[in-house]
Formats: sequence, C-alpha cells, structure tokens
Amino acid sequence: MTPEIAIAIFLTIATAATPLLIAALGELVVERSGVLNLGVEGMMVMGAVTGFGAAQITGSAYLGLLAAIICGALFSLLFGVLTLSLATNQVATGLSLTLLGLGASGMIGENFIGLPGIKLKAIEIPLLSDIPVIGRLLFAQDLIFYISILLTIAIWYFVFKTRAGLTLRSVGDNHTSAHALGINVLKVRYLAVMFGGACAGLAGAHLSLVYTPQWTENMTAGRGWIALALVVFASWRPLRIVAGAYLFGAVTIAQFHAQAQGVAIPSQLLSSLPYIATIIVLVLISTNKRMTMKNTPASLGKPFVPDR
Amino acid sequence: MAASEIAQRKQLLAVENLTKVFGTLKANDGVDFDIDEGEIHALLGENGAGKSTLVKMLFGTLQPDGGQILWRSKPQIITKPSFARQLGIGMVFQHFSLFDSLSVAENIALSLDASTPLSKVSEEAERVADKYGLSINAEAMVGDLSVGERQRVEIIRCLLQKPNLIILDEPTSVLTPQESDRLFETLETLRSEGKSILYISHKLDEVKRLCDRATVLRHGKVVGHCIPADETPSSLAAMMVGESIHTIRKVADETDKNREIVLSVQNLSQKPTGPFSTALKDISFDVPAGEVFGIAGVAGNGQFELFEAMSGERMQKDAAMITFRNDPIGHKSINERRKAGAAFSPEERFGHAAIATLSLADNILLSRHASDANVYLSGGILKIAKPSALRKTLSRIVETMDVRKSGENPDAGTLSGGNLQKVILGREFDRQPSLLIVDQPTWGVDAGAAARIRQSLIDLSKSGSAVVVISQDLDELLEMCGRIAVMSEGQMSEPQQASTVTRETLGLLMGGANAGQAA
Repeated sequence: MTPEIAIAIFLTIATAATPLLIAALGELVVERSGVLNLGVEGMMVMGAVTGFGAAQITGSAYLGLLAAIICGALFSLLFGVLTLSLATNQVATGLSLTLLGLGASGMIGENFIGLPGIKLKAIEIPLLSDIPVIGRLLFAQDLIFYISILLTIAIWYFVFKTRAGLTLRSVGDNHTSAHALGINVLKVRYLAVMFGGACAGLAGAHLSLVYTPQWTENMTAGRGWIALALVVFASWRPLRIVAGAYLFGAVTIAQFHAQAQGVAIPSQLLSSLPYIATIIVLVLISTNKRMTMKNTPASLGKPFVPDR
Repeated sequence: MAASEIAQRKQLLAVENLTKVFGTLKANDGVDFDIDEGEIHALLGENGAGKSTLVKMLFGTLQPDGGQILWRSKPQIITKPSFARQLGIGMVFQHFSLFDSLSVAENIALSLDASTPLSKVSEEAERVADKYGLSINAEAMVGDLSVGERQRVEIIRCLLQKPNLIILDEPTSVLTPQESDRLFETLETLRSEGKSILYISHKLDEVKRLCDRATVLRHGKVVGHCIPADETPSSLAAMMVGESIHTIRKVADETDKNREIVLSVQNLSQKPTGPFSTALKDISFDVPAGEVFGIAGVAGNGQFELFEAMSGERMQKDAAMITFRNDPIGHKSINERRKAGAAFSPEERFGHAAIATLSLADNILLSRHASDANVYLSGGILKIAKPSALRKTLSRIVETMDVRKSGENPDAGTLSGGNLQKVILGREFDRQPSLLIVDQPTWGVDAGAAARIRQSLIDLSKSGSAVVVISQDLDELLEMCGRIAVMSEGQMSEPQQASTVTRETLGLLMGGANAGQAA
C-alpha cells in the first residue's frame, strides 16, 4: 500500500469517526451528571437538517454549524424540562426524543431533498500542513475535525482535573449527597444535558455539511445509537472514546472498501458490523464488574426530586 | 462541663417554637432548646420522634413552617446548607453522604469552598486528620473503605470547614465499641477547643457518658431538658419512650446436649459475589432446637452473604455445607428450603422482604406461595391466588402482632417501618417454622415494636424452633440469645455464651481479634 492510499484511507476513517466522537463526548458529559439521554439519534438528525437548511439559506456552512449547535441544545432542553423539572422516566423520554427528531427532521427537510449541499471547506494550517504525511493527516482537515480533537482533551481535563468536573461527577455518583452539600443538582444536569445536545447537533451537522453534503431523510442511520454505545464502551472515559470512535469509523470504512473490492460478503452483514462490535465490546467490558462500577455514574437514569 | 461552667456560659444556638408539618403529621411541634459554646448537647428520641427533621432545618435542607432559629442571639433564616456552613454549622450525616466512586481527597474537596486548589486538599486533610487522631489514606476510593473509615472521612470533611457547631446524627450506630471510644476522644478534644456539638442518639449510656445537657423529643415535641449526668439510663428511657418498656422474658440457659440440631453449617466458604461483597471463609456452627443463636458484627463483614447462603438466594458449592434437620440443603432453592420448614426474613424491608406498591395480603403470598400452596392457591397448574385465604391470614397476623395500619389491606409502602416489620415477621411466625433466620429484626423500629418482635422471636424458640438472629445491635443480641458468634471479614468467631460474655470481648471480636486474644 502506498502512503497516498494510506493517507486517503485514514482521512475517510477520520471523517466517519468525527461525528461519532463528538456525539459520544457530549453524551459522556450528560451521563457523568447521572442523566441517560437516549435521544442522541434524534438530536443529531435535527442538527443535520438544521445545519443543512441554515447553510442553504445563508450560503455559509459556518452559520449552518452554528445553527445546528443551537438547535441541538434547544432540542435537548425539551428533554431536560421533561426529565429534570417534571422527573419523567429518562429512558422513555429519550426514546420519544429520538422518534420526534426523526419525524420532525423529515418534515422540515422535505424541500431540501436533492438540493446540492454546501461543503465545509478544509482549513490548511500554514507550515504544519506542509509536514510530510502527518501534515496532510492532521493539519489539513475541516473545522469540525479540529474541534473534535480539542474537545476530547478539554473534556478529559474538565472532568478529571477541574473543580467543576468534580462537581459533575459527584452529581452523577450520588445526587442526594450532592444536594446535601449544597450543589444545585438540577442546574448541573440542565447544563450537562444542553452541552450534550449542542454536541449532538454539531455531530449531525458534520453529516450534512462534510460527510455527505446533502440532506436525505434519516441520514444519521443509527450513528446516535453507536455514540451511546461508545460511551459505555469507553467506560465513561473521554480518551477511550477516541479509540472507540476511530475503531467504529474504521469498521464502517472497511465495509465500503470490501464492497468495492467485490469481497463475497453480503453487504447487510458488513453494515451490521459496528453494531456487532458494540455488542461484543459490551459483553467484554461487563465481565470486569469492579472497573465498570468504579467508572459508571451510580445515579445514572435515576430522577432527582429535591426534598420538600 | 467544669471548664465551660467556669468560663461564662455563652449561647451559640437557640431554637424557639420550631414547627414543621408534613401533610397531617406534625414532625416538629413547637420545639425549643439551646446550645452553649463548648458544650456537647444531646438530642434524644426514638426513631420517628422528629430528630432528623429538626436537624435538617438547622442545616437548611428543610424549611420550618413556624418558629425561629437564633445564631449567636440573632435570628437567621437558614435557606440552604451552604448558608448553614457559612454561619459555622457542620454536619456529619447518619447515612453517610459520601461519593463511593470518588477518592477520599475528592470527597473532601467537594465540601470545601472553591478557593482551595484541588492539589492542596490531600495535604490539608491529612493535617486535620493527624491533629484529631483520625487516620486515613487520602488517595483511597471511598467505596473500598470500612464504615468506621467512612465516618472519619465525614468528620474530617466537616472539621475542615472550621465549624463552631458540629451536628452528629447517630454516629455510633455503625461502629464497634472500640471505634466508638476513639470517636468520643475526638469529640472531647473538640469540646476542649470550645467547639459545640449537637449529638443525636437513642443510646442512653453514650449520652450519659458524653453529653453536658440533653433535650428529649417524643412525637415531635420536647418532653424535657435534663443533665444526663444526674439521670439514670432508665429515667432517660422513660422520658424518651413515655412509658416503661416491659423487659423480655428470656429462655433459661439450658445446655441440653440432646436437643436436635436443626441447622448445621459446616466449612461454608464462598468467593465474593460482586465488587463490594465479602468472601465467606470456612464458617461452621450448629443451632439446636429451642435456641436463639445470635450473629453480631459491624455491617459489611459477611453477614449479608451468610444470610443469602442460608436462605438459598445463593446456593452452595457443596450440598453438605448447610444441613437442615439432617438433610443437606446446599443445592436446594429458597422455595425447597421453605417447603422443608425453614423461614427467612432479610434486612431490607423494601425490595427484598416486601414490595411497597403491593397490598399486605399480596405480600403474604410472596413468601408463602410455595410453602403453603394448598392454602393460598387454587386451580391446579393455573395457581390462582385465593384473596379470602390471604386476608384471613393477614387479619390473624395483625391481631397477634398488634399491627397498626390504615384500612383493611393497605399497600405495604404506607406502613411505618416498625409495623411493616411486624407483618413481615408475622407472616413467617404464622407458619410455625422449625427454623427462622432473620437479618436485623428491629433496624429502624421504635422501641415498643422492637420489644414485641424480640418477645415473639423468643416465644418461637421456646416452642421448639431454632432461631438465628443477625444484628448489629449488641444489646438486642445479649438480651435474646443463648449464644452469640461474631462475623469479621467473612470469618466467624467461636460462639460465646451470652450469659457470660463481656461486651469488651464481643467488641474485640468485631474488630477482628481472634477468640484467644479476646478472652
């Protein structure tokens, strides 16, 4: 394999992995606060359609991104009001959010189908992008790629090294104790949920502005669910999410290449590979209970209702 | 006391006419008391007397419906815990409010103000820990610590905020006698530094030993203020309960070797069943008919796992590890064990012994559907429940155990802890089991109900059944049992005769000393 082909393959893997990475990082913050938002798929697809539409209207892919982020955050706010203020069941509410997002995006995007999209341009960083091989790999990408890398490091630092991150983890571990210490549990959770929504919106915009710059109904195609699985796969640790996202990205790309090479494997089996990998990984990590319990936010999915 | 009397008495906190109403229940009804600087003040009362409600109002997690709180003679409205801390009120909770998945240092950091950098917290914590003789490892994960160590973390966390008033809620309920002694030394050091302590307890000897003054609560009202040193434990108890509790008639110690062995546990070992579970190590003991056998120990030393093994929630490697009336039952399920005449009552009332959202009659069926299928089920393989039979049993239990409830057949969740426990145990007594194994029979139960439950357990043993009681309450075990064995780190001590064993010996065994050292 020549270096050119290797670089090309890496670039396609990075493109497939970036939306998974961003959506999963957002959901990690949400789950670290003790909230399980199963609506990632719905928030992503809303981000995708909003990003595409805003870019069409304004003519700017960057304004499209911004709109997608705001849309994701607002859409997750709906989930926040229901599960946090009204203490509804998080699983049921999250699933409804996904269904609502898929339906609403289809309706909003009806007139976008078939329109040529606006692709987010790559930004070549001067000097760094001239470095052989690495320069092309890391420093001649689109804005969302750079954001995904910075976001990983920032979230790792935030969760494990800052006081605010400690507060976030404490709320996810034991909300009753956190409340007794005077931490505003619901405020922390609202912020986390909206951050997760913003990330999912951005991840969705990556699909409609970078990955395949167009709008098709249901274009997230299950990536929101993979992002959710990734959080568990990474046992709620940000750096492991990078490994997982790129692994799943690679599996997706391998599937296209195998089809192009005419490998005699049914395409349905190949496209189900990421999900099969997710299941295997879930089985593997759940065997080490101690590690899982150490990292798993103990109040995940439990509604918090303050004392009278 | 002497020191604080010589120094001028200076009032730190006063509570006037404080009232809190939940629905129709007056949890606190016009409560008055005050605390001076450098005083250890006891708040005495039974479970449900309103102690926790009062404390929550002092600490700002609940708002009073009436009355006022004076801090250094100035009225204050304590809106939230952070404001209480700002005033100088610190709190050590009864059910520790620690975060299991975080380290000791991280737990402490959370309660310090944001100006302390995270990197400095360990250092600061260890300094305070050394000063008051509270040894801890700041890097350890809290989920791995023992209950005593967790309490130390709580106390250090509280002390780092430099409070003037420290509230301790039932601090010794989970400690060995030796650990309690260490705690008292720490508290006395704090008093000598002029700090005030509000000490909430229902243990009379502790209050008498440690506290300068006491306020006694009953049914949400203050029934008296007193100086514990001038009272006797029984006069304090009478104030607390409002009536004298009848003493239990214990079975005479018969060392009749010919009695049938009902339960025999032989070389029972078991690996830990989960990350926070204790391994059982080579446990052997026999319980003859007519004996109440006690198992003491600090929580988390394998009692829960031993209960699971005996009840059949977890089966054994080797069927002969547990024998019930000469029948190896190690491979038998809970229902098979029940059918053979054994009965079990676990510690957790909700989710394990009973289901809160089911009616009492339905809850009776839960433990007796297999052992008394012919009474409660009809329709052959359809197994249709017979509500009339269940209700009849319920009314029998209600009468014999004196259960107080609203309505004829209410949901289990509507009963108070003590009344629900009477139903849970009553449904087992009602079967006249030849073996009853019960975990924490009177945990969180008021004194009157507890006395009744203990008497019923003794009556069952008198009628020829074997009874195994797992409890953290030494007084209860000494009162009821023929012999008492102690669990420590999954091992069981030699059983001790309850009539001759000293509390000190039991305390040492709880702390892990072997029987030879302890005796």
